[in-house]
Amino acid sequence: MANQRAEDHAAQERLKIKSTGLMKKIMKRYYFQAKMAHWLRKKVAWITSGGPVEPLLAMNVIPIYPENHGAMIGATKMGGALCETSEAMGYSRDLCSYARADIACSIVKGGPIGGLPRPDFLVCCNNICGTVIKWYEIQARFYQVPLFIFDTPFNHAEMSPAAKRYVQRQMQEYIEFLERVCRKKFNEAKFQEVGLRSIQAQRLWQQVLDCCAHQPAPMSAFDAFFHLALIVTLRGTKVVIDYYSQLLDEMRQRIEQNISAVPNEKVRLLWDNIPIWYRTRWLSDKFSQHNACLVADTYTSAWSGVVHLIDENHLLDSMAVAYSSIHLNVSIDQMFQKIAALAQKYHVDGVVMHSNRSCKPYSFGQYDLQNMITQRLNLPVLIIEADMADERNFSESQIETRIDAFMEIFE
Amino acid sequence: MKQLQIFEQVIDRPSEYCWLLKTQTHRKIIGYLCSYTPEEIIHASGALPFRIFGHADSTIRADAHLQAYCCSLARMALEQVLSRGLDFLDGTVFSHTCDTMQRLSDIWRLNSGLALHFDVVLPSKLNSESAFRYLVDVCYQFKKDLEAAFRLKITDEQLSESIHLYNLIRQGLQELYHVRSQHPGAISGKEMDLIMRAAMRMDREEFYQRIMDVMDHLKREASMKCAQNFKRLILVGGVCDQPNLYGAVEQAGAAVVWDDLCVGSRYFQGLIDENADPIEAIAKRYFERVICPAKYRDPNFRGEYLARIAREKNIHGAIFVMLKFCDPHAFDYPFLKDHLDQVGIPSLRLEIEDPQLAIGQLQTRIEAFVEML
Ligand code: SF4
Ligand code: SF4
Repeated sequence: MANQRAEDHAAQERLKIKSTGLMKKIMKRYYFQAKMAHWLRKKVAWITSGGPVEPLLAMNVIPIYPENHGAMIGATKMGGALCETSEAMGYSRDLCSYARADIACSIVKGGPIGGLPRPDFLVCCNNICGTVIKWYEIQARFYQVPLFIFDTPFNHAEMSPAAKRYVQRQMQEYIEFLERVCRKKFNEAKFQEVGLRSIQAQRLWQQVLDCCAHQPAPMSAFDAFFHLALIVTLRGTKVVIDYYSQLLDEMRQRIEQNISAVPNEKVRLLWDNIPIWYRTRWLSDKFSQHNACLVADTYTSAWSGVVHLIDENHLLDSMAVAYSSIHLNVSIDQMFQKIAALAQKYHVDGVVMHSNRSCKPYSFGQYDLQNMITQRLNLPVLIIEADMADERNFSESQIETRIDAFMEIFE
Repeated sequence: MKQLQIFEQVIDRPSEYCWLLKTQTHRKIIGYLCSYTPEEIIHASGALPFRIFGHADSTIRADAHLQAYCCSLARMALEQVLSRGLDFLDGTVFSHTCDTMQRLSDIWRLNSGLALHFDVVLPSKLNSESAFRYLVDVCYQFKKDLEAAFRLKITDEQLSESIHLYNLIRQGLQELYHVRSQHPGAISGKEMDLIMRAAMRMDREEFYQRIMDVMDHLKREASMKCAQNFKRLILVGGVCDQPNLYGAVEQAGAAVVWDDLCVGSRYFQGLIDENADPIEAIAKRYFERVICPAKYRDPNFRGEYLARIAREKNIHGAIFVMLKFCDPHAFDYPFLKDHLDQVGIPSLRLEIEDPQLAIGQLQTRIEAFVEML
């Protein structure tokens, strides 16, 4: 008995991704520093997850991502209570749960880290949604701080020359804005450095994700959801490069040693939309029980999917275009192209879509995508109705039944 | 008012109106959904701009494309086109507003079966020189796209004529609103709503003539019919697809004397400069007009504007008409309410999930609210 337990334990340990501990440390240090920013006489800016962060780093400003905070709130199951607080303030329950939780958090200083540090200014890029504009307006009023909107026209088709001119012009305006609020000149040399590091980090992150093309996959999308935090919050710094290099080594070793995320991987799935943060563990176990691994997703690759558009010799201009071209800022047909490419690259057998009440730009169109995927790619699609951070919108028994029924297709 | 009958057909039986127009004049008809659509350019091309509202008897077809958490406006508009109720349209134009419309445009393009589809991707912020330049570029592009689709040229003269007509119409509507504000009851809320909707659908020359008739009639009558003791209300929201709401309000002893709606004052607010380059001038109106919540100017603009207008119009109370699942308006609500509270104007929030059902259930709440004023 005792022997058996020791063996099980060893097997479990073998499965674990070792870098995880370091990652947690880095994130802790980041939030600690951010909370101490004003002691260190540094400025703090809140910025949307898809916003151009590199100029901030070049100006020595500490960037804070309310969406990453929202994910933490979701993962710690504190979303429902915070959302309720915002509802009591008059915000509809149908609004994005990141926004609702964050708005409440500013007032009650709740959540896993007792609220975010007060911003000196806000940077909002609508390449992910229009929701962020409304959300940042609310915070600009609450904290009474300047707000810069980086407006990235939506691409129903190819990006127009007029749109390119517009976003490139805004890069300049963004820098002028930073010079004004930081009261110092923009540091070109530092920006160049940060920009190149950001590109390198995005490439490394992509390489980490690419490891999952191997059969069996050394990690799953659920792991990627976790390790993603660095590319979101710290891209452009050295620590990200070091960390992802280490993670990449670990993945390659796992492939060599034939360690897979799901021990007996038989079915490979693709995930669409933002994770259900308060249930990642449960979902991961659920799919594992069916010997299914989520080997790729449309979400975590959003932070490296446009790196090919960045030209190292024209960083500002090409970044403006790249930031305008990300997955959420393109039409359903272009999203389908991306899904088709992922499905092929990662050899997937089916697709799981999270229909996310919170995120309309990510979720509307999924029914059409579902049809395209079944008809043109000949892959089965499961749609799960839930919410990324508001655990009140999750019905376990219903979702369990749907997953079980879906997995029968592969038996 | 019998002068209003003429507007009923295009609202109640739009297919009949549009097919007749098409067979008689061979005019193209272009559908649109948002008051940010530069209609003047469509009009100058010879086509009729036709606004699609959120009315449908069922939503079965649309439900196959849109999740349950989508607003009724998008869902019902989609239902109309999928059930072939909009077959008289030659195409549709989507001007960029909220996340829902953004995706609806894709779904529409892939499923509507209409020949033409235009995306006019306006800037989301309307407060910088570069945003204005971009908006001008987008309007020029839209003109080019229409020219290519219809195989014709839109001349500056045509644009100027359309601009002139639209200015007349907008002035006329504004005047009607003023009459209503000064003589509540002279024209009922339901009648005004009918006129506003017709303004977005009917042949515009004819529409202009007809509202002039209405105006004449009112000028004769209005002075006599000076109101009883109505409580003065303002309606706030996006698209209010609730003609019966006005009746409910009036029954309760109040009158809507002004609004901040996409199908109301936002539609006629701001004139186009007739002495400037036509496209730039059109762009400028859309740039400077009072913003809707899906556009950004500065974080305080809408609250300050609403409080100011409510005071100017001697408003006693405000009703927010919110479509369920409408993000831009829902985000603004607490802040707008706050601004009204600060100037001592009470407000009532009505959330509408299914426009077909709503009013009966809301009647008691409206009555209680008016009583309290
Ligand atoms: S609406 Fe979607 S993209 Fe926008 S902040 Fe919420 S989750 Fe993110
Ligand atoms: S603004 Fe509101 S009502 Fe209009 S389409 Fe968007 S979500 Fe629907």
